[in-house]
Amino acid sequence: MSDKKKIELPDPSDIKEDILAKYPKKVAKKRAKSMVINDPEMDQEQQSNVRTIPGIITQRGCCYAGCKGVVLGPTRDIVNLTHGPIGCGFYSWLTRRNQTDPGPDGENYMTYCFSTDMQDSNIVFGGEKKLADAIREAYEIFKPHAISIFSTCPIGLIGDDIHTVARQMKQELGINVFGFSCEGYKGVSQSAGHHIANNRIFTDVVGLDDVVRPGKFRVNLLGEYNIGGDAFILEKYFEQMDINLVSTYSGNSTVRDFENSHTVDLNMVMCHRSINYIAEMMEKKYGIPWIKVNFIGAEATAKSLRKIAEYFEDDQLKSKVEKIIKSEMKEVKIVIDQVKPRLEGKVAMMYVGGSRAHHYQELFNEMGMVTVSAGYEFAHRDDYEGRKVLDSIKIDADSRNIEELTVVKDETKFRPELPEKKASLLEKGYRFEDYEGMMPDMKKNSLVVDDISHWESEKLIEYYKPDIFCAGIKEKYVIQKYGIPMKQLHSYDYGGPYAGFKGAINFYKEIDRMINTNVWKLIAPPWKNQPEIVAKMADVEY
Amino acid sequence: MLLRHTPKEIKERKALTVNPAKTCQPIGAMYAALGIHGCLPHSHGSQGCCSYHRSTLTRHYKEPVMAGTSSFTEGSSVFGGQANLLASIQNIFTIYEPEIIAVHSTCLSETIGDDLKQIIEKAREDGKIPLGRHVIHCNTPSYVGSHITGYANMVKGAIDYFAESTGKKADRVNLISGWVEPSDMREIKRIASLMGANSILLPDTSDVVDSPQTGSFNMYPKGGTTIADMVASGDSKATLACGEWATKDAAIKLENKCKVPFEITDIPIGIQATDRFVTKLSKQAEVTIPESINNERGRLLDVITDMHQYLHGKRVALWGDPDQIIPMVEFLLDLDMKPVYIVSGTPGKRMANRLEELLSEKVPEAKYKNGELADMFLLHQWIKNEPVDLLIGNTYGKYISRDEQIPFLRMGFPIVDRIGHSYFPTVGYMGGLRIVEKILGLLMDKQDAECPETSFELVM
Repeated sequence: MSDKKKIELPDPSDIKEDILAKYPKKVAKKRAKSMVINDPEMDQEQQSNVRTIPGIITQRGCCYAGCKGVVLGPTRDIVNLTHGPIGCGFYSWLTRRNQTDPGPDGENYMTYCFSTDMQDSNIVFGGEKKLADAIREAYEIFKPHAISIFSTCPIGLIGDDIHTVARQMKQELGINVFGFSCEGYKGVSQSAGHHIANNRIFTDVVGLDDVVRPGKFRVNLLGEYNIGGDAFILEKYFEQMDINLVSTYSGNSTVRDFENSHTVDLNMVMCHRSINYIAEMMEKKYGIPWIKVNFIGAEATAKSLRKIAEYFEDDQLKSKVEKIIKSEMKEVKIVIDQVKPRLEGKVAMMYVGGSRAHHYQELFNEMGMVTVSAGYEFAHRDDYEGRKVLDSIKIDADSRNIEELTVVKDETKFRPELPEKKASLLEKGYRFEDYEGMMPDMKKNSLVVDDISHWESEKLIEYYKPDIFCAGIKEKYVIQKYGIPMKQLHSYDYGGPYAGFKGAINFYKEIDRMINTNVWKLIAPPWKNQPEIVAKMADVEY
Repeated sequence: MLLRHTPKEIKERKALTVNPAKTCQPIGAMYAALGIHGCLPHSHGSQGCCSYHRSTLTRHYKEPVMAGTSSFTEGSSVFGGQANLLASIQNIFTIYEPEIIAVHSTCLSETIGDDLKQIIEKAREDGKIPLGRHVIHCNTPSYVGSHITGYANMVKGAIDYFAESTGKKADRVNLISGWVEPSDMREIKRIASLMGANSILLPDTSDVVDSPQTGSFNMYPKGGTTIADMVASGDSKATLACGEWATKDAAIKLENKCKVPFEITDIPIGIQATDRFVTKLSKQAEVTIPESINNERGRLLDVITDMHQYLHGKRVALWGDPDQIIPMVEFLLDLDMKPVYIVSGTPGKRMANRLEELLSEKVPEAKYKNGELADMFLLHQWIKNEPVDLLIGNTYGKYISRDEQIPFLRMGFPIVDRIGHSYFPTVGYMGGLRIVEKILGLLMDKQDAECPETSFELVM
């Protein structure tokens, strides 16, 4: 809808130098590699997934946040027990906006915070007994379908063996109990926690329920967390297409669905960063192919729906998809036509997550806006440069500490017809595992910044004077103090949903509201530019 | 039902905390450090701690909350975090140029045994702390106490570092503020100034986390206790510390270090706690209580006498911090309300003692618990066994409120779903008036919404 070629961006080399000049020499050298002046025609290495420089004021969180907060947080039929002092459990209690529909069974522990609340004596003498007692008590009171344990920093240091406790409790209680060694210091960001979560769900949950569910087409949606109800929108499309969405990882999800998720015909990956691991492992073990999809942006949604229909090579499905697209796009176009005259050419910057800073550019493009600078908080090189660089990514000490599971084919559950289907589709030009990353989609001379620091955002705001800035809660009010509207793309500012066609419409209207509100024009008091009046009034006081 | 799995039947727990009524020490140290002018808080631990604390404080204040982190990796957890803290100090002073860095530890760095004092000393020796700049610190192991303990530790740390005694006493008192909102700190200063008491407030988050929208961002807003004032606090003639849990250690430190005598008083919430605050301040500062204070007090009493019928006998459940709960319970009793259930995750036997004194005669049926396992799950179970008319506590109460259809007054930390707390105080007589107004609004709205049409009244 937009003509990306129309606007040419200035070469940001000078501002990059200006930013680096403030840094101590070693810091400047390291940060230089995380700030890349983009050229979509050229391969350039984007430094990412490396340690944050201490004291630089980063957006990043920790491994525990990625594991408990992001991946397991949205699953409702499991007691997620934080093993550690109270803080970690407290801060991750209901603070992500993963909506859930508890359904007829009603099992939902997401509104609860469970913690072993470790005290100093537990740190000194070990917390395994307290952990076992806490699991027993949780079972006694709640009788949940499953219980999981999340280790926090001190647990790793004092050496509590949560996995042995989990095994013992599983035996004693007869429900599934498993643990995540997701201590906050592991890895360099939340990303390590995603990987650890993927691993353990794969080994301890996936494959426990082999009953093939009804429906001609069965799929999983991976990396969709139902922030603000995104997954609810997408679930409706699948219903309309008569596709059985067996499980979503992990928005509006249940452990029961994960257990059955190896029975599907296709995995669709939304957030590549947080969930590609489980897609890869399911393909190796069960033969399920995966494709990259994106439901952020109306055109991206249409493209993804068509891609799903093409996979199943079913004419009825294809016509259902076209019907959805046709009716939804009509409404999309009406709103785009309304907002575009007010938003065309406006400038956006975004630094967020591991996929959103890429996906949301689609929405801005649709409104004729231009993203001048973007970056991720915790992504890896493949999320910037595409999966073609996977083999050339150097494994450093921090990544080596995160277990890479050796997955082998499950001889009884592997479905050979799926790889065969994949091969035949590949021949026809259909693309699997096709994530090309953020950089090829960004304009020449846009500035790509990984793990942006506060200082860098401050200078870049001065330079680009954006009309809107997207990041997270910690940045929200900093940016708005500059008089620039700031849109949170983690929590959506308590709005949304923004996925699918309806979501796109919500987003266009939201950005129109934020940029064109009158309030920004009221910030300067009317007397500010009338010094003589102020001077006279001051005289009277004297 | 949002908390549908909470059973009425109470089983004793010894290990599992559910829905805590506290959080961990470091966030308190971060909040206290924001009340120091030109100060950047720094979290010595994993990135997640800093990120969580900044996020929670940001959601509560809807304001910038800046802080650094030592960004521990697995390597630093094995070999110690000295290199990370040294790098942090150098980078922060070079890039962000604060006057002060206020370092607090975390459960991670405490378990490793990092010696903050020694590392900061080394930073000084290595020339990483520019001349005239300061690095203060406190230890905040998350497995001891609560967020209130962390606040107390940072306030003590600041006094320990800065307060100096020249031997010449000044005609001035120190006011040490417990964990309250910037609006409350502003109100405490207003009351002191109405009384003509020359005072220093420490810490002071007003004009920091309630800063105006001007179209420009200032990393170090104009508020916060200045270095000059913290140094001078050692020469003040007395200290009035508001809130035993959050301020007692600092007051003792100041007495030991600089011979400044102190008195502990409750956070001035409600009539009697404010009476005590005003009386003590007038004695310490040697000023008379002005007519304007009498008038404010009178206005609060007037409203209570006018509206007593709507308050009398109403049962209340509260959760939060001892320093706020104790005067609040006293105030509710003065309103002839019945604080029947009280929990606080913050430990300290004194809380039970104080509540016993306040409640044993007037509300003998009251249940209260603080420290480990004193959580909102237990409070909710008590409510399920015999309901209450009003909930008072932080935002997490909204789940109980909705499930049980109980009016809910947001007070305490964090409040992440409403605004107002940072702008309108609950301390002092005017703060008391605001509490009464809010309670009445909630109770009377419920009456209006639920009473039969026949008894629906225009005038109330």
